[in-house]
Amino acid sequence: MAVNVPAAPEARLRQARRIRRHQWGSVLWSAARTPRGMIGLGLAAFVVLVAVIGPFVAPNAPDALVTLAFGKPSGQFLLGGDFLGRDVLSRVLDGGWVLLIMAACATVLGIAGGATAGVSAAYLRGASDGIIMRAADVILSFPQIVFALLLLSLLGPRLWLITIAVGVSHAPQVARVLRSATLDISERDFVKAAELQGMRPAKVMWKEILPNLVSPLMVEAGLRLTYSIVIIAGLAFLGFGPPPPAASWGTMINENRDGLSLSPWAVIVPALLIALLTIGMNMFTDAFARVAIGVDRQPEEAALIENLSPGSR
Amino acid sequence: MVGRRLAAGVVTLFLVSVVVFLATEVLPGNAAYAILGHEGTPARVRALEVALHLNRGLLDQYWIWISGLFTGNLGHSLANGLPVWGYVEPRIINSAVLVFVTGVIGAFAGVALGAVTALRKDGWPDHVISVVVLAITSLPEFVVAIALIIVLSTAVWHVLPAVSLLAPGTYAWSQPELLVLPVATLVIVITPYILRMMRAAMVEALESDYVEMARLKGTPEWRVVLVHALPNAIAPTIQVIGLTFLYLAGGVVIVEYVFNFPGIGQALVNAVNGRDIPVIQFIVLALAAFYLVVNIVTDVIALLATPRRRIVS
Repeated sequence: MAVNVPAAPEARLRQARRIRRHQWGSVLWSAARTPRGMIGLGLAAFVVLVAVIGPFVAPNAPDALVTLAFGKPSGQFLLGGDFLGRDVLSRVLDGGWVLLIMAACATVLGIAGGATAGVSAAYLRGASDGIIMRAADVILSFPQIVFALLLLSLLGPRLWLITIAVGVSHAPQVARVLRSATLDISERDFVKAAELQGMRPAKVMWKEILPNLVSPLMVEAGLRLTYSIVIIAGLAFLGFGPPPPAASWGTMINENRDGLSLSPWAVIVPALLIALLTIGMNMFTDAFARVAIGVDRQPEEAALIENLSPGSR
Repeated sequence: MVGRRLAAGVVTLFLVSVVVFLATEVLPGNAAYAILGHEGTPARVRALEVALHLNRGLLDQYWIWISGLFTGNLGHSLANGLPVWGYVEPRIINSAVLVFVTGVIGAFAGVALGAVTALRKDGWPDHVISVVVLAITSLPEFVVAIALIIVLSTAVWHVLPAVSLLAPGTYAWSQPELLVLPVATLVIVITPYILRMMRAAMVEALESDYVEMARLKGTPEWRVVLVHALPNAIAPTIQVIGLTFLYLAGGVVIVEYVFNFPGIGQALVNAVNGRDIPVIQFIVLALAAFYLVVNIVTDVIALLATPRRRIVS
């Protein structure tokens, strides 16, 4: 299946890598131009914009008591007051950036850790493979939110701890996906050629294998970012988020639930922003996966069907 | 094969128990200080240390805890003084009812809708459903729950209770109307995954050689669909139904909290808030054990449902 690499592969390999890099940029671009990708990117970009610009344009301080508790929307307070009489609009504008930063950090952590573990497990085989995948099994035995709650149970809701907990709980899934992708690639001729030249294993993984995993890595990154937002906002909703009086979308939904029949906007607007963000992220990731993998299926379904359907080995 | 999976499961469960133990007992700082906080007079800290066996060595502590699990002596809740088992047992039953009812409804809905969309592939309902599915799969469960509460029990209509408070000592089935919203939330969250998988597998089955063969033989179309295609499509879908049960182990945490449903998830959130270590340890371990068991059962069923796999391995 793999094309034979000629005797002096170094220059050609460099050229091939340049082409690959160029390719995923264009995959990203063509994903953004599909209807699904365009809508997804638009939705996510809108919410990110609200979260990033929001703190600078908020009319009031997020923790200032300026109106009535659950006050009705008015000309001065467009979305009314929250359960303490703080301006809902200002709190919405101020409550997104912490979520975004935490989700981004957790995703980077989960992808970096999972990719390292998955690629080394598949490439090194043997004992490393066994130990890494057994550790992954252990973490996978906890539902992600339960794993996060477990780590939060003694130290309390520290934001860095939440970020690390979510990142660590992503790593095993990422490791599994990248392990099976690596198993396939490490048998290819260009990897064998690099090994014959005496390249160290770490360098083979970094220079030869990883550049070929860009597509699955980016699909994983999109999925994990969406899940990070879901879990971190969910933890904030449960009361494990930025400590009061700080504004955060997940926390706002929970603290204003009692006033739903008086002034629903304090719940609806943050819930809507979280929903638009995760829907947008997911649509764009889906568009990217369709372009990059080239099948009319979610990647995880494709993997499952390959494993299980009667037509396969 | 089944035996090997079981053995691996037992080893994983042991490692999980070690992780739970380490995460709750040996984090930096003394647990007794962390629990008592500012009220930690030396005498009270000392008393709590003895109650939690913190004055023993690490191995001793682990042994006391794990042997307690087998003899039914789980200690007492630090928050309310009740025996852990007596406090958690009715909640396990309530959560089990929630998970079971949700799983059954979701599985039937997902399989039926998935099969129908596969038969009407590329018609407009198929496209609409595929977009709706993509949107719902990216929504956090608390956003779905809040949307249902807004529509069905506060702002729009008042047809269902927004909280599922149960009198102590009664079980979930004694007041079925309290189950409606939590079950509806979880069904909405899990059905799309099953639907998507069922659709993909059914499309694959309908395009296969054996379906073509059956059609060429002149088998009536209903028989082709129900007898030839459907069973083969359900095999990979079982795996996803298993995965949704895994998801439910974590999903109940947030949904029970939203609706104040007296289950194991709500108890976990309360316990983490109150740093109620014996309760946290037991619930997390119970959820992880459930997770592992479902995983093994799913694998075995998928194996039995796929003849070719059974022979090869």
